[in-house]
Amino acid sequence: MAQSNTTDLKTADGISLKLSLQRSLRRKKRNALLLVTPLFLFIIITFIIPIAYMLVRSVDNGITAEILPTTVPLLAKWDPLLGETPDEDVYKAFIVDGKVAAKAKTINRLGKRLNYEKSGISSLFRKTGRKLRKLEPEKLTTSHKDALIKIDKKWGQVETWEVIHRESGPYTKSYFLSAVDMEYDANGIQWKEEDSRIYLNLFKRTLWLSFLITFLTVLLGYPIAYLLATLKTSTSNLLIILVLLPFWTSLLVRTSSWIALLQKEGVINDFLFAIGLISDDGRLAMIHNQMGTVVAMTHILLPFMILPLFSVMKTINPSYVRAARSMGATSFTAFRRVYFPNTIAGIGAGGILVFILSIGYYITPALVGGTKGTLISNFIAYHISGSLNWGLAAALGTLLLLLVVALYILYDKIVGIDNMKLG
Amino acid sequence: MKTFIKCSLATAVLATSVSTAQAKTEMVVVSWGGAYTKSQQKAYHEPYMKNNPDIKIINDDSSAEAASKMRAQAEAGKVTWDLVDVVPDDAVALCDEGLAIEIDADKLLAPAPDGTPASKDFGDALVSPCFIPQIVYSTTIGYRTDKVGDSPPTSINDVFDLKKYPGKRALNKNPVGNLEWALMADGVASADVYKELATDAGVARAFKKLDTIKNEVVWWTKGAQPGQLLADGEVIMASAYNGRLFSAIVENKQPVGMMWDAQLFELDGWIIPKGAPHLEEVYKYLKFATDTQRLADQAKYISYGPARKSSAALVGKHAELGIDMAPHMPTNPANAKNTLFKDINFWADHKEELAEKFEAWLAKS
Repeated sequence: MAQSNTTDLKTADGISLKLSLQRSLRRKKRNALLLVTPLFLFIIITFIIPIAYMLVRSVDNGITAEILPTTVPLLAKWDPLLGETPDEDVYKAFIVDGKVAAKAKTINRLGKRLNYEKSGISSLFRKTGRKLRKLEPEKLTTSHKDALIKIDKKWGQVETWEVIHRESGPYTKSYFLSAVDMEYDANGIQWKEEDSRIYLNLFKRTLWLSFLITFLTVLLGYPIAYLLATLKTSTSNLLIILVLLPFWTSLLVRTSSWIALLQKEGVINDFLFAIGLISDDGRLAMIHNQMGTVVAMTHILLPFMILPLFSVMKTINPSYVRAARSMGATSFTAFRRVYFPNTIAGIGAGGILVFILSIGYYITPALVGGTKGTLISNFIAYHISGSLNWGLAAALGTLLLLLVVALYILYDKIVGIDNMKLG
Repeated sequence: MKTFIKCSLATAVLATSVSTAQAKTEMVVVSWGGAYTKSQQKAYHEPYMKNNPDIKIINDDSSAEAASKMRAQAEAGKVTWDLVDVVPDDAVALCDEGLAIEIDADKLLAPAPDGTPASKDFGDALVSPCFIPQIVYSTTIGYRTDKVGDSPPTSINDVFDLKKYPGKRALNKNPVGNLEWALMADGVASADVYKELATDAGVARAFKKLDTIKNEVVWWTKGAQPGQLLADGEVIMASAYNGRLFSAIVENKQPVGMMWDAQLFELDGWIIPKGAPHLEEVYKYLKFATDTQRLADQAKYISYGPARKSSAALVGKHAELGIDMAPHMPTNPANAKNTLFKDINFWADHKEELAEKFEAWLAKS
């Protein structure tokens, strides 16, 4: 320990300088930490916890064991592949559990949960619960099995017990399977029938439309940003207001005005009809389809592309292009080789903003998308507020999150996240 | 400064005590908003508050999201709603989940004037032990009188007949109702519709029938849309709630006609959330608001039929327009020749599965 032998420098109050420095650094660090604490807590409460909760929701299946506490362990020993219904003791346990749950009015919750796996279980449980409430197991003259089958013959079918058996663990895969159009059947995990597949196509459509919208905002936003960046400040400030004005207008107002413009009896169709370009029967369908979604969302998201582009272009020194021109480059070459590469950072920033916003967009596609222009988020909303299948909504949300993260990593690999510049 | 603080504190304390002295019990009643809440306000809330000055009823227009909000309230352990107006689908789901209170109709609700117990008076409308019905409404077909020529559509078959009635039709973007109608138009008697729909072959048959008009359908998602689509001339016929068509025809004088054939009866009514803060008051209010006279009164303000059999005879005239309301009731015998009652239990079982099929069918061109 060479350092400890050299005499330490001391501060005025006799503490070693090293120690004193450490202390003051620690104090600074603590102060800095205290300053970010509110933000840190805010992020944890409003962002990390809900996402963690969503992840848990998408696999959580504690309900079966909670409502059928004695049946589940007995049923675990049963092998559905033998093709025979469970033993008498399982039936007996089910009647005991079911009676308790029917009295506590929780049995239908399980029925609703299992109905996601197999249509018809919901009413089976409702009916069974109603009858079990009145049933007195001690006074049974038949076996418990016969008593339950007498309530509904579905209790004598292997398929019914198979579903309970499969979904009795604390976690389930079934929400994620549904989210990618798969399901269990007799032979294990399978694709759903062709006529019941929806989500994979929706994910594809969401991705494709988001790419398209991002591309269109670049196409439309680039010249505008260029104009704004090269005009003299007083004019460009005025024009910036024009970009920001729709940005400040309510989303619903902007969406509704697109409906007024694009619909069959709308302004554009009326105009085209008036000048004789189309006949009354040949009015163009421009809304309640993909076109409606693309047009409205491109317009709404345009400022998110223009603003980062503008701020990047503003910093490009005009003498670069002049230098290129003076050395003999054509104006196109000067743009391609000198100006454009300098704006990549803005395109990257705007592109990521627009893409990530549009992948989760919800209100606009719901209003103008019709059946072909709705996105995955519309279905997440439906399962949250309509069908109340929160597990499936959570699974879809988780997949969407993973998709965004994967694309972000891909972007980082190809373009490099350091190249992004928001202003 | 100190005196100032003391003074203001004193005022604050005084203010609170005064306001508690005047405080009324505030009952939060959730409903659909718009004309519907207005009809409840006039028929139920106002007379009740007049008789019970210590109760104040607060309207909350959240019924469209009632199921998810009630679940969220229950999960957060803070139920703030006292009474919620829902469709039976939601009532069944919420009852299943234990989020609504089961009630004993005969104990809680008033009997009919002739002494018939409430459970008999409501009859089949008591679709769930948690559900207290108020009205019967129906989904039916409206059409543009100026675009169908001299022969307006008279049967559900006409909706599927593109030769006789070419043009766009607006239908609800939902398997419920459309699948039933498709089967009825394909020749299934209304009594057998749900039996048929419970089989795979029946479902395939319904979609096959819908295929025949798929390209000519505009799908609506909100109750107000079909009326607008008809008014704008975007479609020549549209499925719509009968109350909406009533206001398009009678109140707004649109060139719209209404066909009662194959109308799909649905209900609407109350449920009490589990943990409702003012349960006793809610019970008292419900006894009043669902009695025979009150249900009949509501029909003065909106063209939905009362859910009690005994109310039908008491339906009078529209409060503002002064027209006789009985002919506009879906339950009126003249209108109810060929009808279908929506089977709540069937849809509780099959909604998930058929909604998936329906979405997949829509996405397929």
